[in-house]
Amino acid sequence: MGIKNRDAGYVWAMGGLLVLLALLGWSSAMFTQYFASKASQGAGTKIRRALFRHINTLSHAELDKLGTPSLITRITNDTNTVQQSIAMMIRLLTRAPFIIAGSLVMAMTINLKLSLIFFGAAVLIALTLYLVMTRSVPIFSAMQKKLDVISLISRENLSGNRVIRAFSKQKTACKRMDDATEDLARTAIRVSRLSALLSPVTYAVTDIAIILIVWFGAIDVDLGGMQTGDIVALVSYMTQILLAMVVVANLVTLMTRTAASAKRINQVFETVPSVQEKNTEPIETDETAPKIEFEHVCFNYNDDGDDELTDVSFAVPRGATVGIIGGTGSGKSTLVNLIPRFYDVNAGCVRVDGRDVRDYPFAQLRRQIGMVPQQSTLFSGTVRDNLRWRKPDATDEELLAALQTAQALEFVQKLPKGLDSRVEQGGRNFSGGQRQRLCIARALVNRPDLLILDDSFSALDLATDAALRKALRETTDGMTVLIVTQRCSTVRNADLILVVSDGELAGVGTHDELTASCTVYRDICLSQQTEKEAAR
Amino acid sequence: MKTNAPVKKVLRSLRPYLPLLLAAVVSALISVSLTLYIPVLIGHAIDRIIGQGQVFFDDVAQILGYIGIAVGGVTVFQWLMQYFVNLVCYKTVRDLRRAVFRKLNTVPLSYIDTHAHGDLISRVINDVDAVGDGLAQLFLQLFAGIVTIVGTLIFMLMTDWRIALAVFFLTPLSLFVAGFIGKLSAKRFREQQLLQGEISSYVEEYVGNQRVVKAFAYEEQAFAGFDRYNNELLDVGFKAQYAGALANPTTRLVNAIVYAAVGIIGALAALSGTLTVGGLSCFLTYANQYTKPFNEVTGVLTQLQTGIAAAGRVFEVLEAEDETPDADASSLSSAKGEVQIEHVSFSYTPDKPLIRDFSLHVRSGTHVAIVGPTGCGKTTLINLLMRFYDVNSGRILVDGADIRDLPRNDLRSRYGMVLQESWLFHGTIMENLRYGNESADDAAVIAAAKAAYAHSFIRRLPQGYDTVISEGGGNLSQGQKQLLCIARAMLTDPEILILDEATSSIDTLTEIRVQKAFAKMMQGRTSFVVAHRLSTIKESDVILVMREGNIVEQGSHRELLHKKGFYYTLYHAQFAAPTV
Repeated sequence: MGIKNRDAGYVWAMGGLLVLLALLGWSSAMFTQYFASKASQGAGTKIRRALFRHINTLSHAELDKLGTPSLITRITNDTNTVQQSIAMMIRLLTRAPFIIAGSLVMAMTINLKLSLIFFGAAVLIALTLYLVMTRSVPIFSAMQKKLDVISLISRENLSGNRVIRAFSKQKTACKRMDDATEDLARTAIRVSRLSALLSPVTYAVTDIAIILIVWFGAIDVDLGGMQTGDIVALVSYMTQILLAMVVVANLVTLMTRTAASAKRINQVFETVPSVQEKNTEPIETDETAPKIEFEHVCFNYNDDGDDELTDVSFAVPRGATVGIIGGTGSGKSTLVNLIPRFYDVNAGCVRVDGRDVRDYPFAQLRRQIGMVPQQSTLFSGTVRDNLRWRKPDATDEELLAALQTAQALEFVQKLPKGLDSRVEQGGRNFSGGQRQRLCIARALVNRPDLLILDDSFSALDLATDAALRKALRETTDGMTVLIVTQRCSTVRNADLILVVSDGELAGVGTHDELTASCTVYRDICLSQQTEKEAAR
Repeated sequence: MKTNAPVKKVLRSLRPYLPLLLAAVVSALISVSLTLYIPVLIGHAIDRIIGQGQVFFDDVAQILGYIGIAVGGVTVFQWLMQYFVNLVCYKTVRDLRRAVFRKLNTVPLSYIDTHAHGDLISRVINDVDAVGDGLAQLFLQLFAGIVTIVGTLIFMLMTDWRIALAVFFLTPLSLFVAGFIGKLSAKRFREQQLLQGEISSYVEEYVGNQRVVKAFAYEEQAFAGFDRYNNELLDVGFKAQYAGALANPTTRLVNAIVYAAVGIIGALAALSGTLTVGGLSCFLTYANQYTKPFNEVTGVLTQLQTGIAAAGRVFEVLEAEDETPDADASSLSSAKGEVQIEHVSFSYTPDKPLIRDFSLHVRSGTHVAIVGPTGCGKTTLINLLMRFYDVNSGRILVDGADIRDLPRNDLRSRYGMVLQESWLFHGTIMENLRYGNESADDAAVIAAAKAAYAHSFIRRLPQGYDTVISEGGGNLSQGQKQLLCIARAMLTDPEILILDEATSSIDTLTEIRVQKAFAKMMQGRTSFVVAHRLSTIKESDVILVMREGNIVEQGSHRELLHKKGFYYTLYHAQFAAPTV
């Protein structure tokens, strides 16, 4: 051949061929990488998308159960793991089966008897993979759960930083984190002891198979059954399998972790919202019916606790202003939360415009409601972004009018950039009272049919409170307004007052009626009258 | 160089695990050299199998025995190497998480107020994980790789030193190529991690506040916003992945070309007779082995780069400036509760001055009330007293000592406080109440709960005091949470009491009772009370009336009414308030 015949041309030709093959390999690898990247990133994006969409459909009860920190890890960390392993599998795993199958077939053509050793080795390796995988999947799941705990502690530490510092509890907080991270590290190390077994065991099994091949091959050669060269070939096929298997073994660790993450992602998908949209088509409403009607409503958050609301019935006429008053934890907020159908009643029925809230598509029901929740939450963006929640294309005039009613116009105009001022996450760069007023303004844009104010004046000084109520009264003509409050003065002139006590309606009527007939109401008012009288 | 800095910092944080790393290197050395030796042994064994009837079974058995021993060694040491590497990585991950968390407890409050929480959480969770993954891949490839490179190099040098040197110098070419690609894609990886953080922030915000999203039927818009980030991540992520993944085939190509070059040179050398054919074949085998680690390192380049980008973000937090260090002066000389505020000016942002040249002397035992319209800086004053923020100029003295000269914890332990936002942590009610006073016995806790009028609703909960409060307070009403915070403060025995709108969400009947409990508690103690309901503060010794960051009036209720100033207006607005 080349060197024997002193044929330099042959050497060059073969060398060139080698380079050509390398280039061919390179370009096909580029294709593989391209598709692997596309497929894995695309899958990750799809999963995240679907997760977020599904979380959007879950109702409060399920969100409370899953917990925000855990949902964050699932949508980021777990999805990343799945994404990464898809890429790795396409890149590395696609080669392995071909190499293994090819080597097995070649071995069989050389010596059928000795190829049995190959099958034995394959079975042993498969068994190891199976054992390690089944044992480590639960541990990996546990690991992710522990990661959730770390996420929870971090989140709490950020939201409660003032309190933690005020109580000088940084050490306790750090201790909690230390324990959580130690716990995770321990579990991780435990699982790594298992998964680190994979490639050494694969190695051992194949090498022992090689020893057996050489030994039985030697016997066969001694008897004249085959050539020494055949042993060399068999050994090299076994080595090929070994190399492929080591890759597989390394991937198995990743796959196991992926299985655990995939399970957690699926858990979210499998969570069925307890409040379900039964109907997506807009429905006809009855304009003559009362705006809101509660009929023997019973409700509790979980089945074991006492009823949060018991047999509540009342009707609110269109355009009325209703005050809902009652002690701390009496069920006022729960009551109003049933109207936009955040929770479903356990018994009875809630009707808006004469139709059961369960018959409405969510959007139709909720878009007509302007809701100001107890906790004033703003979202990162500009003031304008935050105000446009009810109407994405609201004009500045509309926004300013809402701000005016909410008594927020003055301070917003004083901001250096006005409506374009930056709002930090949660609205941290605004004071409690400013946040509350922005939340009220947000609910007022595009004039809702039904305005629900859930104790929304608590952070306001009383002068602002009074001015706000005056402005509301002037602009909410024809709007049905529900005001949850602690303050007697706020509800005094309401068309209808609901007095809630321990989940039951203790009284329904006007101020005068209730003062005459309802002890609970009288007590509440008296407690505030003393305050007033003392002022005189 | 920009990409190297985080790597160095990560490596520095590995210092405590040097012995473990060393053990991993030794294990790698043993297992790799045995791995390289096994083919040689197999060769020897096959040499003893010559043909029919010509097999030296004794020799073969002996050699196979050696192979068996070597296989045992490889198995054990390979396992050990992986185990040690994992040990180091998981411990480093743990250390980094702890360090970031500690940092978040020592940075000034303004840092936490101005950074998106979701992004910070993503750094603790995802970025640290990425660093760990990168480290594990790096070590596993590196240790085995270095040993392989050194081993094969020795064998090659023994065969033909000239070609060996050529291989030695040519192969790193592939590293240059990989490095070049790495540098090109580094930006993408940083962007990728940044977007991860943003997505995490977005999820934290919109999933955490689903109630609002639902109330406004805002799901579609929220989803659209998420989709924007998500698609951006797809774009950047794909580019990062692909660019990172290009490195491996490209190094393979470069190495293949080097291999071909060596083959041609070797073959030509063999033509001229300076190298035997057997020598060439053996040489090429080793050259192949030699380039393998280079290929494998670039195979995990994606993880390495993600790790580097993530490390950058982790260290960004770790290097944030701490609060000014605590003075190590011992505790206050006397604990009387006297507070002097002298010419204090303060603003959160330089362009928006808030408190200007504010002075006040509060004698021990004085009850101070702070009133004023929303957003006038009442809470800011509390922030300064607690030293959540430091004054820009002037000083605050507590019992004669500048609060900046006191260790923060020492200062804060003097205060009992109930803040506007009722923060409770994930734990039982009992644990939450004991937060400020862990040594309190059950009876004391229940007494405090009773004083705060929280006892009756706690008792009605399914598990009473052992009810676990879910993150953020779960199904407790706002008012109930506030009552728990009040009970928590009542259980501490503070010298100075700070109440920032402590009863704003509580019904008035309960409030009056709670106020009475506070009054009892405040007896003889200094207190600062921020309130909207003016009736609750009439008894105060001094009322500070604030407006736009300034104290516009101060004095007793009677004096202030007499003055007919801003307080007078506020007061009358309140009680002549029109009703709905």
